[in-house]
Amino acid sequence: MNNQYYSKLIFELSREGRQGYSLPPNEFVNFKIEDLPRQLLRQEGPKLPEVDELTVVRHYTNMSNNNFGVDTGFYPLGSCTMKYNPKINEDMAVHPDFVGLHPFQPAGTVDGALEVYYNLQHSLAELSGMSEFTLNPYAGAHGELTGLMVMRTYHESRGETQRRKVIVPDSAHGTNPASAAVCGLEVVTVKSLADGTVDVDDLRPLLDDTVAGMMMTNPNTLGIFERKIATIAAMVHEAGGLMYYDGANLNPLLGRCRPGDLGFDIMHINLHKTFSTPHGGGGPGSGPVGVRAGLERFLPNPRVVKVSDDETDGFMVQHGDDSLGYVSGHLGNFGVIMRAYAYILSLGRENVKQVGPLATLNANYVKESLKDVFELPIEGVCKHEFVFDGLKDKSTGVTTLDVAKRLLDYGFHAPTIYFPLLFHEAMMIEPTENESRETLDAFIEVLRTIAREARENPDMVKTAPHNTPVRRLDDTKAALEQIVTYNFEA
Amino acid sequence: MAYKYFPHTQDDLDAMLGRCGMKSLDDLYQDIPDELVFKREYDLPDAMSEAEVRRYFNELGRKNVQLTCFAGGGYYDHYSPSVINHILDRSEFLTSYTPYQAEISQGTLQYIFEYQTMMAQLTGMEVSNASMYDGTTAAAEAMMMAVANAKKRNRVLVSETVSPIVRRVLHTYAKFHGVELDTIQEKDGVTSFDDLKNKLAEGNVAGVIVASPNFYGIVEDYTGWADACHEAKALLIMHCNASALGVLKTPGEWGADVAVGDGQSLGIPLSYGGPGVGFLCTSKKLIRKMPGRIVGQTTDAAGQRAFVLTLQAREQHIRREKATSNICSNQSLMALYVTVYLSLMGRKGLREVNEMGYSGAHYLAKRLVESGKFTLAYPDKPFLNEFAVKTDQDLDLLATVGALNDINIGIRIADDTLLICVTEQRTPDEIDQLVEVLTNPLSTKCDCDDDNSPQE
Repeated sequence: MNNQYYSKLIFELSREGRQGYSLPPNEFVNFKIEDLPRQLLRQEGPKLPEVDELTVVRHYTNMSNNNFGVDTGFYPLGSCTMKYNPKINEDMAVHPDFVGLHPFQPAGTVDGALEVYYNLQHSLAELSGMSEFTLNPYAGAHGELTGLMVMRTYHESRGETQRRKVIVPDSAHGTNPASAAVCGLEVVTVKSLADGTVDVDDLRPLLDDTVAGMMMTNPNTLGIFERKIATIAAMVHEAGGLMYYDGANLNPLLGRCRPGDLGFDIMHINLHKTFSTPHGGGGPGSGPVGVRAGLERFLPNPRVVKVSDDETDGFMVQHGDDSLGYVSGHLGNFGVIMRAYAYILSLGRENVKQVGPLATLNANYVKESLKDVFELPIEGVCKHEFVFDGLKDKSTGVTTLDVAKRLLDYGFHAPTIYFPLLFHEAMMIEPTENESRETLDAFIEVLRTIAREARENPDMVKTAPHNTPVRRLDDTKAALEQIVTYNFEA
Repeated sequence: MAYKYFPHTQDDLDAMLGRCGMKSLDDLYQDIPDELVFKREYDLPDAMSEAEVRRYFNELGRKNVQLTCFAGGGYYDHYSPSVINHILDRSEFLTSYTPYQAEISQGTLQYIFEYQTMMAQLTGMEVSNASMYDGTTAAAEAMMMAVANAKKRNRVLVSETVSPIVRRVLHTYAKFHGVELDTIQEKDGVTSFDDLKNKLAEGNVAGVIVASPNFYGIVEDYTGWADACHEAKALLIMHCNASALGVLKTPGEWGADVAVGDGQSLGIPLSYGGPGVGFLCTSKKLIRKMPGRIVGQTTDAAGQRAFVLTLQAREQHIRREKATSNICSNQSLMALYVTVYLSLMGRKGLREVNEMGYSGAHYLAKRLVESGKFTLAYPDKPFLNEFAVKTDQDLDLLATVGALNDINIGIRIADDTLLICVTEQRTPDEIDQLVEVLTNPLSTKCDCDDDNSPQE
């Protein structure tokens, strides 16, 4: 614990002559780096800290106490699926028989690693109704980019190079249009109806022979299941396009419904959302991409494939000619892949069916318990998350930002705010299946208290947070001054 | 239905469903057409207890062979001090997300600020982003950054001495992003300056990508390169080995505009190739063209120094298809890994690591050449801790004998060429044993048991 904000930087703890490492002696001192031509060496060493080991340990331990994680408390950050990150997964990620493997070890010395890799590919395909997966992409956005590359490669293999348009709903995550642009595709936006689902009438005229495909999350960013998904998929397929499933919101469907059965052709999964691997403050993640039958050969190289003979199953790393190419150095974030497979083994075929329903129950429970004090723009059953459009009572002047900051005072992480852009005061709440009724009740109670505070003492809410390590921050100053490294001269 | 990751009792289910006006969990899916609901059994294993999960990975682990590593090629076996994993296990770091709520995320923001400072120091550049996926994709992002910066020019030149692992990712991104990727020829293991000048003269060049050290471990002399690039209004992008930056001339000193690479060599375990951590550093002038997250210093309402994500107007959640990149996260935890590593090692430790690699590699190279069975592929070229040798012997056979002796002899980069790397992890005994395997393979004693023998 910290009694107060720990604000030091490691550079400020540095004292000349201290060191935090130990190395064995150099046995070959006759060979000296100074023998390299002088113009190839740096003239001045980097300004790195000189600190002893305990100072380093205390510094980062104190720093961690300025942080809030899922292990600290409830983290209802919408569209981020902040579920519990099981500890056994962490142990397996650094398993001594796996963690030292070099990516270019000889064939036959990495069979265990390839088997984990293959088994996770198979499990993801089974759970999502796809034919095959690659685990190479490093993150969700990277998966989107890879999936769109599959889409383009498919059309080009058929000689349809004019298919360069990707249709994206206006409610989509910003990564969808950005990934399409990086992939050299043109983005066309389709409107949402008042209930947040895709406007099929707006979609129809967009469909022609220049369409490469359509990207969708389902449930969408409002937590609403797209009921017309089968119709939409049929329309896009009819026009010769492919359906891309953004797996950001896969969790509520896990165990109930498979994107492959909904008509999607290509998809990515965020292992750091649906498959419980830690978000790590922003990474490393993993964004496996799955495809339906017929598209497998376009997946990125290298690929892990099964080669069986009469006696045993074997696995090998393969480089295919029809592949879209390479999107990663090797086979993705293997450490994250180990964690995700440990999670699937722990859940097993039965428990996995409860993930989506319990996450969905938790979201609906919170929604129903608060809709009298917060504005619920879309009535009806939601999936894993839902959106409030700020406080119902707009007369107080208390904004969604204020409510979010006040939540921090009460020991909860804030929801995702001001997204999706369809509502001015959007608060997107996603409680995962791991949260207990007691936790949800406490959260509900606090939000009701904040609603009351907004009426009785709005200034206190508007100046929140009050109990966090630091107070509200000056974003404008950061953007203007652009101080992005430590100033050693100051 | 009690299960360790689900807290719901039957009472909870009844009460919670009741509040939602529902009777069963199935009612929560009333909005999904029945024919779209999955009703079969999953082809997945039954749930395993924690002990069974452990046993499962132990069993698979026995199918891997732990080899003494003389392979590099972009993935380096450096020592990771114990402190690092203990810090990374602080779940306040591990289980948090991107620091959107800065008031309760100062820990993440502080270490990213430290990371940015350290990477700027290592590369000799002014600014760094908050980290990227890996070294290959960081290079691809730099390539696209150069094209965006040049506006109308879309040609990027990449040296043939840049790792093929990096080049094939560049090639893929270029193909889809509409970048015309052209190569600068290699001559005697280094990039041809003449070919660069010729290709720049052809025009339309937005960026030039070179490596330091290059794929063959050679430390190239880039004197005059920055001027030539800048005269053609092209950005000079240098792909670097992060650890080697502790001693080698920095991209900043060479006059480069962008420095990229993988931070894996800063103590991150090999982990079969990932996660590592990409870095991308540049000048203040180009900061708004930079992809990825950036942390900046500011103050809070009480006037205390604090940190936030800044310059977000470049990013996808605001700019959508006009963003500088589609990247919406960083490789935060691995950036912490690198930050703690560099805090422990400091300038002196990082130098010692490089000295040990240099000494061991040069001793090994000398022994191999003296054996008469190997020659240096590029005898006159300076190298740090990785080098290429040629031999008449069968490299597949040598690799097999090596594996039988629990040694990864290096990476075969041509039928007769082996790329070998020595880090501070390699002991004199291990180096001597490698020499024995490589120079006398048929009489090398195999001391392994049969279960571990690699299958061809």
